[in-house]
Amino acid sequence: MKHVDEFRDPALGQAALARIAALVPQAQRALGRKSVAEGGAPIKIMEVCGGHTHTIFRYGIEGMLPDDLELVHGPGCPVCVLPIGRVDAAIELARRPGVVFCTFGDAMRVPGSDASLLQAKAQGADVRTVYSPADALTLARELPGREVIFFGLGFETTAPSTALVVTEAALTGVTNFSVFSNHITIIPTLQALLDSPGLSIDGFVGPGHVTMVIGMPPYDLVAQRYGKPMVIAGFEPLDLLQSVAMVLEQLVAGVARVENQYARVVREGGNARAQAAIDDVFELRESFEWRGLGEVPSSGLRLRERYAAFDAERRYGLVARRVADPKACQCGEVLKGALQPWECKVFGTACTPETPIGSCMVSSEGACAAYYNYGRLSTVRRIPRTPAKEPAA
Amino acid sequence: MNDAHDDPATHPRFAQIERVRRRSGRVRQTFIDMAHGGGGKAMRDLIDDLVVGAFGSLGLDAGEDQARVGLEVLAQHGDRLAFTTDAYVVTPLFFPGADIGKLAVNGTINDLAVSGARPYMLSCALVLEEGLAVDTLRRVLGSMAEAARAAGVSITTGDTKVVPRGKADGLFVTTTGIGVIPVGRAPRSDRLRPGDAVLVNGTLGDHAAAILVARGELRLDAEIPSDYAALHGMVDALFAVTDVHAMRDATRGGLAAVLNELALASEAGVVVDESALPVRPEVRGFCEILGLDPVHMANEGKLVAVVPGDAAPRALAAMRAHPLGRDAAIIGHVRERGPGVVTVRTGMGGERILDMLVGEALPRIC
Repeated sequence: MKHVDEFRDPALGQAALARIAALVPQAQRALGRKSVAEGGAPIKIMEVCGGHTHTIFRYGIEGMLPDDLELVHGPGCPVCVLPIGRVDAAIELARRPGVVFCTFGDAMRVPGSDASLLQAKAQGADVRTVYSPADALTLARELPGREVIFFGLGFETTAPSTALVVTEAALTGVTNFSVFSNHITIIPTLQALLDSPGLSIDGFVGPGHVTMVIGMPPYDLVAQRYGKPMVIAGFEPLDLLQSVAMVLEQLVAGVARVENQYARVVREGGNARAQAAIDDVFELRESFEWRGLGEVPSSGLRLRERYAAFDAERRYGLVARRVADPKACQCGEVLKGALQPWECKVFGTACTPETPIGSCMVSSEGACAAYYNYGRLSTVRRIPRTPAKEPAA
Repeated sequence: MNDAHDDPATHPRFAQIERVRRRSGRVRQTFIDMAHGGGGKAMRDLIDDLVVGAFGSLGLDAGEDQARVGLEVLAQHGDRLAFTTDAYVVTPLFFPGADIGKLAVNGTINDLAVSGARPYMLSCALVLEEGLAVDTLRRVLGSMAEAARAAGVSITTGDTKVVPRGKADGLFVTTTGIGVIPVGRAPRSDRLRPGDAVLVNGTLGDHAAAILVARGELRLDAEIPSDYAALHGMVDALFAVTDVHAMRDATRGGLAAVLNELALASEAGVVVDESALPVRPEVRGFCEILGLDPVHMANEGKLVAVVPGDAAPRALAAMRAHPLGRDAAIIGHVRERGPGVVTVRTGMGGERILDMLVGEALPRIC
C-alpha cells in the first residue's frame, strides 16, 4: 500500500537497527557509562506518546533492540492518565436520565471506582462510541429531546476538533450539546516528569501528532533547561527507529537539541488554525489530576467562560472528587517510566486486559496492554529468572 | 331421520367456505404483528405463505413438528453425525454481498464442514420483532432458500416467534444443522503437531469491514463485499489430497481467535508470517484508518486448516484450484516453542504475540 509500505520496509528497518546497535556503545562511552554486561546501566530513551508504544510492540521492535538500550514508555496515553475520579464523573453524567454520552472507543473499558462506561451501558446508561466529536454534535441535532455529552479526551492532537465542534454548536444554536473536557497538554506534563526526582532518562522521542498542532518551539526547554535530546517522531516503524538513532547520535555528539524526524507532517510553527481554535474555546486549568503523576499545574484544559453553556462540568454542577488508585496498582510508576510493566506486582496475573485494575492495561496505547498483548514473549528474556520459592516449612 | 339432508356439512355454502378455509394461507398485512406469533390462523398464514413458500421445495414438512430422517440414508455418507447450532443477529439485515439469511445458512454449513462433515439438513428458527416489514422477511427467507439450494442442503423443520416491538432487532435467525462425517476424517483442535503448516483459503477481514461500512457510522466510502460462502465443497477438495489435523472457520474473533484456541488445545506454538497474510487492499486501508487489525476481524467464508508440513504444497494447490480458495496461502507453521502461544513475525522482522481481543475491537483515539 502506497505511503504505508515505504515506512515498513524490512531492509531499511534492518539497516536502522544495525545503526542503532553501533551507536549504543558509542553513546555509553560518551556518557562515561559501562555496558550492561560490565555492570553499567542501559541507555534509556522515553517515547512519550502511547502511539509510539503501540508501534514498538505492534512491529515487534522491542525484541530487536540491543540489550543496552531500553525504551521507557511515557505518560502519553490520554486514556491511561485519566484519574479514577474523572471516570466516575463520566459514568455519573452518562447515568443521568435523558443523557446520551458519547465517547471514543478506547475509554469504554477504563475502570472507575465500581464500573466502567461499558458496564454502565449494560445497566441502561445510553453510552455511544463515536469516531469524532462531530459525530456527537450530529447526534445532538438528530435527538433534540436528549442531552448529548461528548467525553473530550486527549492531548493537543484531539483538542482542536473538540474546540471546532463547540464553536459550531455555539454558532448554529445547538443547545442540547456539551463537552466533558479532560483534554490535557503535553509540555507541563513533560516538565513535571523532568522535575521528578530520580528520573534517569537519557533522551526523548517526542509525540508527532501533538507537535503537528503545537509546533517545535515549546520543546526547547527540554533541550535547553534539562539538557536532554528530543526527536519528534512519526508513527511508522521506520520513523521510530530513525528517531531513536537520532537521539543516540545527539548523545554520542554530546549535544541536546530538539529535532524533527516527522518533517513530512510536522511544521516548525505547528498548525496556527488549530492553535487558534484551542485558544478560542479552552483555557488552562490551574491544575489537573493525572493518574500516577498526581496534580500537574497548568496541564488541563477547560472551556472558557463564554462557552460555559457547552461545559458539562458547569452545566451539571459536577463536583471534582479525588479517588485513590487501587492499592495494588502501580500504573503511576509505569507512567513515569520508573517501573517496567512486568515489574508491577499484579501485571498479567490480577491485572489483565480482561480484568484491568489499572488504566495502562486498558487502552491499546497503554504500556501494560502493549506488553501483555504483544510483548510478553519477547520481553521475558529481560526478566531475571528467580528460583522458585522454597515451600514454607 | 334424514341426516344427509339435515347435516349442514353437506350444504353447498358450507362446502364453499371449507374450500376457502383449506386454501393455502396468505399474509395480507404489510408489517408483522403480534397475531403472527399467536399460534392461530395468522401464524398459519405466515408459515404457509412465507416459510413454506420459501422452503417447501427444500424438504420442509410444515405438517409436523419435527423432521424425520432415515438412518440408512445418513449411513450411506459416513460413520458419524455432526450437529451444530448458531444464532444470527446481524445489523443491518442486508449489506453488500449478502444478508442475514445467507449468513444463517452458510454459517451453519461451515460449522459442519470444518469437522469434515458433508452438510445434510438445517432447521430454521425465527424471532421476529413486531413491526418487521413482511417483505423484508420474504426477502430473507428467499435468500436462505437460495443459499440452501446452492449448497445442496435441505431446510426441514423450524419455528417462528413474534416478540413485542423493542424486544428484538428486527429479525433474529437461528439455524441448526446436521451433517455426516465420512469415514477417516477427524480434524480436531488438539491435533496440532510441530512442523504442521497453517493455511487460510483467502483474504481476511472482508465481512467485518463490509458490515462496518454498511452501518454507515464511519462515514467511509468503500465497496467492500462480505465474503460469505459455503465451504464444504472446498473442504472435500482438501480432504481429497491430505489428512487435515485441525480446521476452523474464522468467524467472530477472526484468525487470531481460531489460532489461539488451536494452540491452547494442542499446547503447541503457532508462528504466523505477517507478510503472508492475504488481505484485500481496501480492507487494509480501512484497517489502517481505524487502527484495526484484519487478524481480529470476522469472516464468513474463510477457514483455517492445519495440515502435515509435507502436505502443505498439495493442500495449497487443492485450495487454489477451488473458486473459494483462489487467494489461499500458507500463513504459518506449528512449533514446539511457546506452547499455547501464537506469535507473528512482523514485516519488520520482529516477533510479537498474537492474542485474542477481550471484546470488540475499539478504534483508538489518535
